[in-house]
Amino acid sequence: MAQLGKLASNIPEGLPGYRLAVIGDCATQHISKAIRGTGAAKGLAISVLDTDYDQILAQTSDPSSELYEFAPDGVFIMMCTEKLYDKFTHTPDSERAGFADGVYAWISARWDELSSGRKVSILQSLFTEYDDRVFGSFASRLKTSFIYQLRRLNMLICEGADLKKNVYPVDFQYFTSKYGTDTVKDSKMFAIAKLPFAASAIPEVASAVVDIILALKGKSLKCLILDLDNTLWGGVVGDDGTDGIQIGDYGTGKAFTAFQKWLLELKKRGLLLAVCSKNDEDKAKDPFINHPDMVLRLEDFAIFVANWEPKPENIKMIRETLNIGMDSLVFIDDNPFERNSVREMLPEVTVPELPEDPADYVDFLRGEGLFEAVSYSAEDGGRTDMYRAEAGRVLASKTCGSYTEYLESLDMKAEAKPFSSFWFPRIAQLSQRSNQFNLRTVRYTEAEIADAAADKDAVTVYFTLKDRFGDSGLISAVIMRKLDDETLFVDTWIMSCRVLKRTMEEFIVNKMISSAKEAGYKKVVGEYLKTPKNAMVAEIYSKLGFNRISDTRFEADVASFKYNQSFIKEL
Amino acid sequence: MNIETEAKITAKLNEIFSFVFDDDSIRVTRSTSANDIEAWDSLTHITLISEVEDAFKMKFFMKEVVGMKNVGEMMDIIAERAKKI
Repeated sequence: MAQLGKLASNIPEGLPGYRLAVIGDCATQHISKAIRGTGAAKGLAISVLDTDYDQILAQTSDPSSELYEFAPDGVFIMMCTEKLYDKFTHTPDSERAGFADGVYAWISARWDELSSGRKVSILQSLFTEYDDRVFGSFASRLKTSFIYQLRRLNMLICEGADLKKNVYPVDFQYFTSKYGTDTVKDSKMFAIAKLPFAASAIPEVASAVVDIILALKGKSLKCLILDLDNTLWGGVVGDDGTDGIQIGDYGTGKAFTAFQKWLLELKKRGLLLAVCSKNDEDKAKDPFINHPDMVLRLEDFAIFVANWEPKPENIKMIRETLNIGMDSLVFIDDNPFERNSVREMLPEVTVPELPEDPADYVDFLRGEGLFEAVSYSAEDGGRTDMYRAEAGRVLASKTCGSYTEYLESLDMKAEAKPFSSFWFPRIAQLSQRSNQFNLRTVRYTEAEIADAAADKDAVTVYFTLKDRFGDSGLISAVIMRKLDDETLFVDTWIMSCRVLKRTMEEFIVNKMISSAKEAGYKKVVGEYLKTPKNAMVAEIYSKLGFNRISDTRFEADVASFKYNQSFIKEL
Repeated sequence: MNIETEAKITAKLNEIFSFVFDDDSIRVTRSTSANDIEAWDSLTHITLISEVEDAFKMKFFMKEVVGMKNVGEMMDIIAERAKKI
């Protein structure tokens, strides 16, 4: 703790900043100091306003309090179990079943005061579990017991935080369970100084807070780069062969299986996995293809690098290919030489020491607190596929002689069909979000998209794209409306910029003309309406075979149109 | 407490005090008290106690934390209770 105090008084210049106000019902000075120190150690200059003892209500309810004057980015509310218990003992038996709800109402009122008219993140401590053992295990089912109410209160805080969106629970239970209350708590220090944690646990408390702040600042780790031999499995695949490596029930394999299972969970939550191994590529890949007990498979990795180049070089290449920050990488390798070479050459990369015994890998890495999150959506789990596809394209473009050959090698296929109800939400979303590749920037809701689809005088087409590296899903939509009996007007053409320069634009224009032809029209008129963001498509109609007929309008004759070359096949 | 033990404890306390109060020139004696070290307040006292407890693998009693008058008293408790000197 004294170590963190030193860091706190000597924060390097040039670090990004964060303003944190700390309010609590216990002594918070040591915690505040440790938060500053931990921030400095993790690359964030946190200025902390540590308010006086037991000032939560005074600070939140008074609009002219020093907290509001400080204008914090975040507020950490530290509430201790000791005080909660004190309050509980003063609650009449008849009211104890509603104790948690009462305390929660008080806490959420503080959140509302803090949030009213302000953009502030609230870090709310959860109560560490402490059982007074008055009822033994029976307390866990007795609504009027302290532990029952404490657990209920924690759950209320978590559910409330989920609704409020700007509230982030700080959960100390992880390290409290790990080290035990005998270590984490010090009754003597609470009695003397109202210190809610033993001094030796304060760095853990500070880390729990700082890790959330780092995640809020977007400084979170995004990709785990993994060694193979003796990291993902026991043994050396080059020597032992796929049959001889230890995974699953063979030898010490269970420990590696557990590690792989954990990595798969991280992948599902949106982290990218990458392989960086000194191996022949075919030998390194073989277990992922042919070993029945492997949990991870090739498709779980965004990129797979196995060669004999130095690892720092390979990591640089991985970073460039995935196009993510060097400081968002974690490198995991059982070999101290490799770890040190990466630390030396690429200091921004996080390189955890690894315990010597692979049985301890999972517990150790869990304890490092590397993967804090402040949001999650079900889509995050699909991130690997997206990056994997992009990485494949980058590598393919490097090995192909010309861009044309590259496009041919992608084996691109598109679906081009009238709008159907399954796609209405996605088309509406694209219409709301597209700014750059958007010819007229008309925004449509889902209901309006449905209307266009049903309109007899409209021709609608949506486009999907996939190639041999992956499926990009629905990436473009066109709405053409009848101008007169001979003419269709392109009311809307939007496209995702992810698929630029793959001859998708050519494919779409060709489809516009052929659809117009099928519907019996003789001309198609397109329009470009300038916005501050859509300059990239200013000349697109003239480039793709339309003739300019006014400042904003372009026309194509259906019968004589020269179709553009495209490397995309229609499904 | 024999001279050897006292010397060992003093050497270790000098290290801890220098570290906690961020002053390498600190040399404690039996009579050193909070009056002699400017940075020694109620806040740093808690840090000091924790560091001493960790270093000597022992715990002070609550009344000792609030009642110790000088480093001499601290040394006597350490000599009596420390698992490691």
